Formats: sequence, structure tokens, C-alpha cells
Amino acid sequence: MNHPTEFPASRDEVCVVAIAEAFRGDGEILCNPIGTTPIIGGRLARATFEPAMVMTDAVAVLAANILPVGDDDAERLVEAWMPYRDVFDVVWSGRRHIVMGASQIDAHGNQNFAAIGDWHRPKAQLLGLRGAPGNLTNHATTYWIPHHSTRSFVPTVDLVSGPGYDRVAPLSAFIRANHEIRRVVSNLAVMDFDNPGKPDAPRRMRLRSVHPGVTVDEVIEATGFALDLPDDVPESRLPTSEELHLIREVLDPRGLRKAEFGG
Amino acid sequence: MTEDDVIARLSSGMTIGIGGWGSRRKPMSLVRAIARSNLTDLTIVCYGGPEVGILSALGKVRRAIYGFVSLDSIPLEPHFRQARQLGTIEVTELDEGAFYLGLLAGAHRVPFYPTRAGLGSDMMLMNPGLATVTSPYVDADGSYEELVAIPAFQLDASLVHMNRADPAGNGQFLGPDLYFDDLFAKAASATYLSCEKVVETGELLDEGSLHTIKIPRIFVDGVVESPRGAHFTECPPDYGRDEAFQRTYAATAKDPDAWQAFVDRWLEAPSHTEYLARLDSEVGKSA
Repeated sequence: MNHPTEFPASRDEVCVVAIAEAFRGDGEILCNPIGTTPIIGGRLARATFEPAMVMTDAVAVLAANILPVGDDDAERLVEAWMPYRDVFDVVWSGRRHIVMGASQIDAHGNQNFAAIGDWHRPKAQLLGLRGAPGNLTNHATTYWIPHHSTRSFVPTVDLVSGPGYDRVAPLSAFIRANHEIRRVVSNLAVMDFDNPGKPDAPRRMRLRSVHPGVTVDEVIEATGFALDLPDDVPESRLPTSEELHLIREVLDPRGLRKAEFGG
Repeated sequence: MTEDDVIARLSSGMTIGIGGWGSRRKPMSLVRAIARSNLTDLTIVCYGGPEVGILSALGKVRRAIYGFVSLDSIPLEPHFRQARQLGTIEVTELDEGAFYLGLLAGAHRVPFYPTRAGLGSDMMLMNPGLATVTSPYVDADGSYEELVAIPAFQLDASLVHMNRADPAGNGQFLGPDLYFDDLFAKAASATYLSCEKVVETGELLDEGSLHTIKIPRIFVDGVVESPRGAHFTECPPDYGRDEAFQRTYAATAKDPDAWQAFVDRWLEAPSHTEYLARLDSEVGKSA
């Protein structure tokens, strides 16, 4: 097993752990991360402190064993069939926590990965709304943004795919109770909305921790709106030696996570 | 039937549902038959893959109604992106789950199904025709919840591709996911089903369990035997996606000459048989 003092954790591994931490306390739900780094993070959480979670193999089954990311041929221990139609049933049941990307996000957590520019004839057509409108009105969501900059953390998003706290405030009690943006994890820091703040003001994004080697000022500089800043901003936690072993040897032996970090 | 027999039953201006999901088990031989036909002004309804890009680039599409458009291994469908950025097609973009409810309402012949998907997001802004309904039932806190009413899709025809079917139209999928193909069949006035292989009714259980025969013939109006009919999309367990071919297709969005060559060689192939012959000769060349 690797020892962290001999092989210090790199930024991508800190991000994996930050995503894993977003699932802490979730229990027996569908852990549904989208993308390489989020998938490693979700599988790490299940392999360590959230063993009750279920996860898809990215095709159509729930696999009970720990699969390496991006390996279509890895043998699956099938525990249930989960075709796309059943995924919607899980979404609407609320027993799901997704990790999605965001091309743009604002201070209240409004997310856009649909299009840049006027949606009638966008400057850049991106993924579209996908499942974001249904996800945000039904269950917990975490965002993963690998390039933290004023282009992605913006004062106003061009289009809202996933609604933030200000958009949800006037909606039904059901939606307000089920809507949750658990974390926003970037290559620089971890943000959250754990700041009820003033009674009539919707929640705003708060800086929760900065990754080792990153200063608070760097995060402020790279963010296009004012983050809520606690008096003390801790460092994001480092992976344990067990976690480093799992990330490097079991979950991502080919180092696919490095691609998102220019590696 | 042949692909061209199906096209003869379709007309310009129709709303056509297309089964599959992204670049998975798409009825591509039927899509190509539309591509080489005179049909135009179509509204296509789908969990979109290359059929949206191809038919949009050829000017066949007036409106696309979709839950997403993607080539899976290539997340953004380049011809669809181009059509959106040039403004050459109208779109009805719905949340993926909301799209399912539109199909389900169509299949069940009710005007709409309610959902919370879309409230708070710009799905409502993008679809000014979408209405909300108020629940007639009081909820726990004494209020009446407002929900989005996803209108039933009215499909003049649906096209789906199955692994197997019998001559009467009983359709069978052998892969990991049916997607929503049974609902496309049920929501349409007429459904044309292509398949890898037509087998006798008594042979349907030879390759798959009872649970795989998901489209009964009462929802099917014509069967086309179309081996490799989903190419270049995947059709497991019969074959996977032709990633090299898909990359070639995707690259044509940036190069008008390459696109014209792709149209001439692949989309204008006069029949599916000829398409397969051209495909096999390519393989021969590269081998």
C-alpha cells in the first residue's frame, strides 16, 4: 500500500476525496456521479464510508462490486437491472444524489450546461437541459467544475438548467424540501450552501475549504461573484493512505482522472 | 417490407417518433431511407442521436422534440449543434424525464402527465406553450401544488429497431435496455419496426427470455428485416457501435466537402443492401 508521505496526494486526488465527502451520510440511495472524476469519487465513498449506496455500471445494471473507471470489460456483480426508464423512477423517488458538471454557475447555485448565448440561436449549443430540471426538484445534487474561473463562476448564467436557491424559493413546499445543492467542488476549492443566512434571503454559495496549495484570495479572484466567506476557511482534507491506494490501484489504475487536470 | 415501402407510407409534414437512445439501437436504415427520400418539413421526436444531426443537416427537419441529442462517446452531436447555432431548426427541448411523460401520455391517450421537472428552470421559458396545472388534492401543508403539464406527444408514425421480430410484428430486444421503444410504438398512429433478423414466432424464446418480447404486434404496422440496420449506432448483443465510422461522421460537420462525400457514399446509397455492400468493401480496403 502506498504511504501518503512517500507519495503525496496530487490535486486530482484531493478533488476525488472532496467529491466522495459530498456523499457522506447519504446511506442507501443511488449514488449517480457523471464524469470520470465524479465516478471515482462516488465509488471511493462507497468503498469506504458509505457502503450502503448503490451504483450503476454506466450502462444498465446496478453493480455491487467496485469497478475501475472506464473499463467496459470489468466483470460486474449484478445486484439489479436499472434501464433508463427505472432511473427516472429513482429520480422521482428522491433516493438519488447526482454529480453533474456546470459550464456556468451563479451565487445562488443556478447551473447552466445547456447553451451559451441566446438559447433561440445559441452561440454555443452545449449538452442541453438533460435531466437537470427533474434532478434539482427531486433530490440532492453536487456540481463538479474542473476549471474554476470567472468564466464558469459567473454573476448571471445564460440559461438555467438546474435551478438554484433563489429560483426554488417561491416553489412548492415539496420542492423546497427536496431541492439540495450539497456541494460545488472545483479544482481549487469546495463550496456549499450551508449558510441559512437571513430569513428572507435565498442561500448563497459559501467557501467551505480550499485545496492544499490554494489561497482564499486565489479562489476569490477566480470567482465572478462574491462568495460568502467564513472567518476561517480550512484546507480540504487529504486522502488517507487507504483512499490513495483505492484511487491509484483499484478505482483508476490507468490514471484517467489526470486528463481533466491537463495531465 | 423494405425501407422504401415504409417511406411510401410517410408524408412530408408528419410528426415521427424515432426509438433508441443517443447513439444506441437507432433505426438507421430507415433514417437513411428518409434522408434519400423527398420527405421534408418533418417534426422528429426522440432521445436524439445521429438521426437528428443527419436529418437536420439535410434540411428534412422543421422541428425536433427531444430529451437530449448526443452521440454518447461524442457527447455533443456536431451536426445538431450546427443546426442550432445556425438557427435552421425549431426545437422543443424537454427535461429527459419530462420527455418520457410526453411519450407515456401519448401512449395512454391522456392530454398530459404532471411533473415537477421544469419548475424553477428555464425549460418553461424555452417552451412558452408549456402550461402548469394545480393539483386538485390538498397537500400536507394545506396548499394545492402547481405542476408542469407535459402534453401528450401525437405521433403520426414511429420507427424503432429491434434485435428480433416475427413476421407479424412481435418485437424483441436482446440488449441491456429497451429504452422507450415500446412507448414510441404505443404513442404512434402507425409503427414500423426494423430488426436484425426476422424469426418464426416459435423461435422468439430461443435467444431471449419472456421479458424481452416487449412490443406486441397490435402496436406494429410493418416489419423490415434490416441486418446491421442500426449501424453505426450500437445494437448489442448483435454488434457494438462503429466508433471509427461515427468519428468520420462527426468530423464532416466542420468540412462541407467531407459532408458531401459522406452524403453521396453513405446516405445516398440506394438501398440498405447497397449500403452494407459499400460498408463491407471499406472493411476489405482497410484490412
